[in-house]
Amino acid sequence: MPTNILMPALSPTMEKGNLAKWLKKEGDAIKSGDIIAEIETDKATMEVEASDEGTLGKILVAEGTQDVAVNTPIAVILNDGENASSIKAEQPAASQKAAESAPPAAAKAEVPAPKADKTPAPQAPVVEAANDPDIPEGTEMVTMTMREALRDAMAEEMRRDGDVFVMGEEVAEYQGAYKVTQGLLQEFGDKRVIDTPITEHGFAGLGTGAALAGLKPIVEFMTFNFAMQAIDQIINSAAKTLYMSGGQMGCSIVFRGPNGAASRVAAQHSQDYASWYSNIPGLRVISPSTAADAKGLLKAAIRDPNPVIFLENEMLYGHSGQVPKLDDFVLPIGKAKIARAGKDVTIISWSNGMNYALKAADELAKDGIEAEVIDLRTLKPMDTDTIIASVKKTGRAVTVEEGWAQSGVGAEIAMRIMEHAFDYLDAPVARITGKEVPMPYAANLEKLALPSVAEVVEAAKSVCYR
Amino acid sequence: MSAVKAKSNTQTSDDPAPSTPLIEFSKEQDLSAYQTMLTIRRFEEKAGQMYGMGLIGGFCHLYIGQEAVVVGMQMALKEGDQVITGYRDHGHMIACGLDPKGVMAELTGRAHGLSKGKGGSMHMFSKEKGFYGGHGIVGAQVPLGTGLAFANRYRGNDNVTLAYFGDGAANQGQVYESFNMAELWKLPVVYVIENNRYAMGTSSTRSSAETNLSRRGLSFKIPGEQVDGMDVRAVKAAADKAVAWCRAGKGPYILEMLTYRYRGHSMSDPAKYRTREEVDKVRTSHDPIDMVRQRVLDKKFAKEEDLKKIDASVRDLVNEAAEFATHDPEPDVSELFTDIYR
Ligand SMILES: Cc1ncc(C[n+]2csc(CCOP(=O)(O)OP(=O)(O)O)c2C)c(N)n1
Ligand SMILES: [Mg+2]
Repeated sequence: MPTNILMPALSPTMEKGNLAKWLKKEGDAIKSGDIIAEIETDKATMEVEASDEGTLGKILVAEGTQDVAVNTPIAVILNDGENASSIKAEQPAASQKAAESAPPAAAKAEVPAPKADKTPAPQAPVVEAANDPDIPEGTEMVTMTMREALRDAMAEEMRRDGDVFVMGEEVAEYQGAYKVTQGLLQEFGDKRVIDTPITEHGFAGLGTGAALAGLKPIVEFMTFNFAMQAIDQIINSAAKTLYMSGGQMGCSIVFRGPNGAASRVAAQHSQDYASWYSNIPGLRVISPSTAADAKGLLKAAIRDPNPVIFLENEMLYGHSGQVPKLDDFVLPIGKAKIARAGKDVTIISWSNGMNYALKAADELAKDGIEAEVIDLRTLKPMDTDTIIASVKKTGRAVTVEEGWAQSGVGAEIAMRIMEHAFDYLDAPVARITGKEVPMPYAANLEKLALPSVAEVVEAAKSVCYR
Repeated sequence: MSAVKAKSNTQTSDDPAPSTPLIEFSKEQDLSAYQTMLTIRRFEEKAGQMYGMGLIGGFCHLYIGQEAVVVGMQMALKEGDQVITGYRDHGHMIACGLDPKGVMAELTGRAHGLSKGKGGSMHMFSKEKGFYGGHGIVGAQVPLGTGLAFANRYRGNDNVTLAYFGDGAANQGQVYESFNMAELWKLPVVYVIENNRYAMGTSSTRSSAETNLSRRGLSFKIPGEQVDGMDVRAVKAAADKAVAWCRAGKGPYILEMLTYRYRGHSMSDPAKYRTREEVDKVRTSHDPIDMVRQRVLDKKFAKEEDLKKIDASVRDLVNEAAEFATHDPEPDVSELFTDIYR
């Protein structure tokens, strides 16, 4: 049966074009791939290649014709053993066949047409996090630093699962730039505790590839400032592959390291990336403030089948806390914690921000204001329920973060409060953030650039109209 | 510069070492290579047509002209080996043995596409067939492929990873970060550089200080060679050597495939950066499929009628895929929020 050649589209938006030139004439033999015509639009001239073999039986649209609609038959190709008479006999059938198997724009009804514009998007799934596990009565509490808690979490998970390994700069022989991986090389050997070259983009990608193949890497960034070199692999490869593969191929990987301001290291070593990563579907973002949470959440992060960004804080590494001595202390991802109960105002923070928040609560108590302080612990998925329950009780909220205000986590929290507890608010939500400047080096300026306890106290008082 | 014709494996420009000598194919090998290359070619032509009809959207990068590379490389692999590449990936999937229906239905964004319609032309995967994508960011597949090789080494198996990338991607920094780690840790990865002479509209001579890309691993001590990527026998011979090198635990290997893409970079390419004559010359004198066809006839491996039968069966396979991809429904809207987390 003769085959129709249709007017092609150069892009999905093209509707018509001009048939500029025929490069073959009727009777010419045609091989697949031969250039048979040139078409033009206002944007470009393009060559039309034959994708069938045979003889050019008839030209249906003459050279120089303007505004030929996409998918109009422009010529007929005859197969072996056919001649011009087959065109006449077959013509209606042929064009009908083309219309069936290849619905032109006009005949799109044949194809399940996109209905997205009319169909409402389904509801996003609601994430429900479990509660923290009960700590059995009489459990021994061990005092340890956050640094030790993180190390123990990694060591326990590496003992449990041979697919878990750690890689990063100076994690092995040097024992970690901040000594978080201390002792791991000695226990697990250099197959599983791997010093990398200074190659953030490369090893973040290599780790992601290993995770796609089923291993469970813990990738340490010396600090998250350097992960900017790797952010393409983290977002485009680690976070999106599960979705782009229709659920076939995901990766269980933890990217961890200190995030945010340390002390006097200036602009390039002090950025807080909490809002950057918590913007990305496909990532989980965790940022603990205590040793116990660090341990329980890092263990959860390593077991989680998804890519997890684990934001630590250098200022907190040396802080000691009470960690329950349990065989397997794992905390739920996505669950905030009431760090201090109160009824007058809700202060929401995480990581080092909790220092300001808790100290401010102490100050406020002196003035008779009982602040409830929420430690988010996980930024994505964010535990909206805990925030909302508290705000419904207090009617007032202050967010505290070291990162910048615009598009910051505080902005997100305020929006969620507006969406879910607007009628309960007695004052607009206030936010305390880092000042929108690159972090200065000078001690006095650095102090000013970061949030302060006084700012948090003042904000809390102002939302209480005090 | 006639990249496609280069036959020498030049480690240094003034020291032309002989390339891996090609080994003649058996009848079965020639016929099977012919069939797979033709399937890729016909598939791509059909995809181009369907794009023209508005059934395929977005970016769609065709592999026409480069078929011998992926088919020859695949002939050196065994079960368990892995393949990863960029966005010009349809041919790789077909060579990996994936059903053209699933590939075509992904191109049309339908429910039974390989990624349920959520990935499109540039993002498709199959764990079962060892195909790890399908990546849209130029060069990103290179560290990822190195990581797949890392996993093989970690597990102590003898699987090898092929990481394909283009002449343009060869200028990405992450490629060299990967080369360094791969050699340092002796990872079993073959870097297959598909040098089709252009990155979009930029010829490699305009973008690369060293255009002999097989030399790009030298300072990392990675051996490399140039291969006539239009001759499937040359590709297979080089692949055998490189894969054996990796399997033996000697570390990575670089194969620079001198090849050529006939079509535009993607579907909307005004093709102003090269002449029609340049394209025609490769096409008429060095087409990877024509060369096998001629050889098969010359050696009397098959008669014209036998080849016509193969051609017809390939055409049917591709038409079925197109038919399927045209009528398969779009993904259910309930799929919007699935597969973000496991
Ligand atoms: C990081 C990045 N930069 C730019 C692009 C846009 N882009 C897509 S393909 C391409 C050219 C790549 O050429 P090459 O590596 O030679 O591969 P080929 O297309 O020839 O197969 C460019 C610039 C991209 N996808 N990713
Ligand atoms: Mg190229």
